[in-house]
Amino acid sequence: MTAGPVATQRPGERAGRAGFAPVLRAEWTKFRTVRGWVIGMAAAALVTVLAGLLAASGTRVSCRGPGGQACRYLPSVPVGPGGEPVTDNFYFVHQPLTGNGSITVRVTALTGIITYPQSNPNAIVPGVEPWAKAGIIIKQNTGQGSAYAAVMVTGRHGVRMQYNYTHDEAGWPGGVSAASPRWLRLTRSGDTITGYQSADGTHWTTVGTATLAGLSSTVQTGLFVTSPGDVQVSQGAGGGSQVHFTQASAVFDQVSLRGRSSGAWRGDAIGGGGHTDWERNHRPAGAEQSGGTFTVTGSGDIAPVVDGGSGIERTLIGALAGLIAVIVVATLFITAEYRRGLIRTTLAASPRRGRVLAAKAVVIGSATFAAGLAATALAIPLGERILRANGNHIVPVTALTELRLMAGTAALLAVAAVLALAAGATLRRSAATVAAVLAVTVLPYVLAVASILPAGVSAWLLRLTPAAAFAIQQTLPQYPQVSSAYTPANGYYPLAPWAGFAVLCGYAALALILAVFLLRKKDA
Amino acid sequence: MSPAPPAERAGLRKPPPTQPAGRRGPRHPAWPRIRDVLHAEWTKLHTVPGTFWLLAAAIALTVTVSAAAAAATRCPAGPACPVDTAKLTLTGVQLGQAVIAVLAVLAISSEYSTGMIRITLTAMPRRPGVLAAKAAVLTGLVLAAGAIAAAGSVLAGRLILPGRGFTVARGFPPLSLADGPMLRAAVGSVLYLALIGLLSLGTATIVRDPAAATGAVLGLLYLPPIMAAVLASNPHWQHQIERYAPMNAGLTIQDTTNLHNLPISPWAGLGVLAAWAAAALLTGGLLLRLRDA
Repeated sequence: MTAGPVATQRPGERAGRAGFAPVLRAEWTKFRTVRGWVIGMAAAALVTVLAGLLAASGTRVSCRGPGGQACRYLPSVPVGPGGEPVTDNFYFVHQPLTGNGSITVRVTALTGIITYPQSNPNAIVPGVEPWAKAGIIIKQNTGQGSAYAAVMVTGRHGVRMQYNYTHDEAGWPGGVSAASPRWLRLTRSGDTITGYQSADGTHWTTVGTATLAGLSSTVQTGLFVTSPGDVQVSQGAGGGSQVHFTQASAVFDQVSLRGRSSGAWRGDAIGGGGHTDWERNHRPAGAEQSGGTFTVTGSGDIAPVVDGGSGIERTLIGALAGLIAVIVVATLFITAEYRRGLIRTTLAASPRRGRVLAAKAVVIGSATFAAGLAATALAIPLGERILRANGNHIVPVTALTELRLMAGTAALLAVAAVLALAAGATLRRSAATVAAVLAVTVLPYVLAVASILPAGVSAWLLRLTPAAAFAIQQTLPQYPQVSSAYTPANGYYPLAPWAGFAVLCGYAALALILAVFLLRKKDA
Repeated sequence: MSPAPPAERAGLRKPPPTQPAGRRGPRHPAWPRIRDVLHAEWTKLHTVPGTFWLLAAAIALTVTVSAAAAAATRCPAGPACPVDTAKLTLTGVQLGQAVIAVLAVLAISSEYSTGMIRITLTAMPRRPGVLAAKAAVLTGLVLAAGAIAAAGSVLAGRLILPGRGFTVARGFPPLSLADGPMLRAAVGSVLYLALIGLLSLGTATIVRDPAAATGAVLGLLYLPPIMAAVLASNPHWQHQIERYAPMNAGLTIQDTTNLHNLPISPWAGLGVLAAWAAAALLTGGLLLRLRDA
């Protein structure tokens, strides 16, 4: 370590009156001439890349499941009009409709069951999944993944208009019963499909309008019922979740179809019905017609696949290891001065103490950002290539999101380094500082992702602690209309990316203010 | 931690030129006996105020986090309630171990920071013996603090959990140390903390620098669980991490339900951690002997 500022002071300047630049240069000289720190920073970048690549090469699509289970992303997985993998399983009572036309129906009941496989024997409980759907649909064809627009009643989210898997618009709230039925109507006019709702069949209000580009002249239209699996986030390690089979039944009447149609209804289980023998044999989907009343039963969902853990940020898991190394180096950058007594020389050379700490923060922050950016710029493309080579599906992201992931992770490391520096200036002891900073940055993440804490507590940990900044790594979209385990373990954070990052910045700023205050107040 | 004057006195208090000091007594009549080495290390550790505060912090954090985890968990509605209450009520160990690690790291690395290690090794030239004495004194302190922390956590769980739906009617009798698996989880957690202390002491003897040693120990503990969670799509790697990473394997001692699904049995898991600690201490002892201080 060398005390640079004395040498860089220009003639004519009074001691302590020097500008910020010489202090900055002095701190930069200190940082780059201590071999251990430079090696530590390089090691941080290296482990970020290597651990990420290791995790990527260990992540491969397994086709060796019990009973020869199929791979998850075989080409047969349906793909929606937007190119995203989708779930498209429902029971469909349909007939072809050519040209413009409309379908109108009254829904008088929506009931269902939920199974709990973990109890023995299987408990079957009456209940409707909140996102169970029953209504009418206009769909390009009966193939999975084809374009559609639908208006429906749901278990607990009222009337909705949904189209092309990712779009969802809310209508009236409330459930359906024989006393308060819901009337639904879909009209097609060219590529435009409009959904309506009504309480009495005479007064109609619009729920939403969908434009399905390139819709063929003959489409399939009719009644549909589906019910997604009931998701329960378990308390087990890794915040895993269990999906329970559910089924919904709806009663439709007053069915009327306008336009050129065949007139004969046909029932099909789109997606082939249940997954297990038990589901197919004991709870088959289907439809019964008596007079003008249809009772339709179905399971599944019409929605984008929410596949936790399949984001590109998987390639940056090594940043956690890098973070530990960065925190050690940033801590030593200040505590070593106390240990060696150099701090007294430093403060004698530049008596404006706040300025010294600011210079240190700038140096360690910039050095970490540069090292972090080099690491992420290498880890993301390489990791992505390895993941794809192993047959993994990666949720596609825009170039801007990828840039946010790269720069954001580097910025996370940089701000954590500033936090460690400030904590080191406050505590002055390296072991205590490293442990304290790791306990507020890495530990909450570990507890939230890989512990037995309930999901609610995990979410609060990632809102309140500096570990909230990991939200900057989320690239997976979250769909409110799809029930899934949106847990940190699956790559979903409770805060928006930049909001989470702001939490860390807030902590770093507070720590820096406290450190400057104490540095001015106390003898070094 | 600055060297306390009594420590030097303690180490040299009884130069026993006339006493046969162990097996090699005749060759090195001036070497202190094991009892004196232990006494010296005990004096060094307990006269530093930081030790008391760190132990107090470890107990407070363990009990607080355990109580918070218990208070935040509810027995979900539905026919099943798959919660391991013993493991839940000892959650705080996952944070408490970080403080124990700092304490153990400082027990040796602060001597390197201050140069005290040279005095220590001059007074007690049998170097592995010094490390063994440090390990023994540290283990005693951690066992005592760990016992308080575990007992406090179980007590907190016993008071809190019935109010969160974990009632006798749903198959959760009040937590009690008289219950075999619960006792194993609690005693195992105390042993776990002691082994974490030894692993940290060994690592710090290898690394010497307090900051780097703390980073290394906490990285070794906290990174594998994350890797295991991320590698969910590779069951083989995940299984290996859960079997052989120090924290994953060691904490299986807290599991009391679903035992046949554990990646490694509870005592074998604690054994894996013990192997890590032994390896770190042996390497540290060897390096202590081979390197200049």
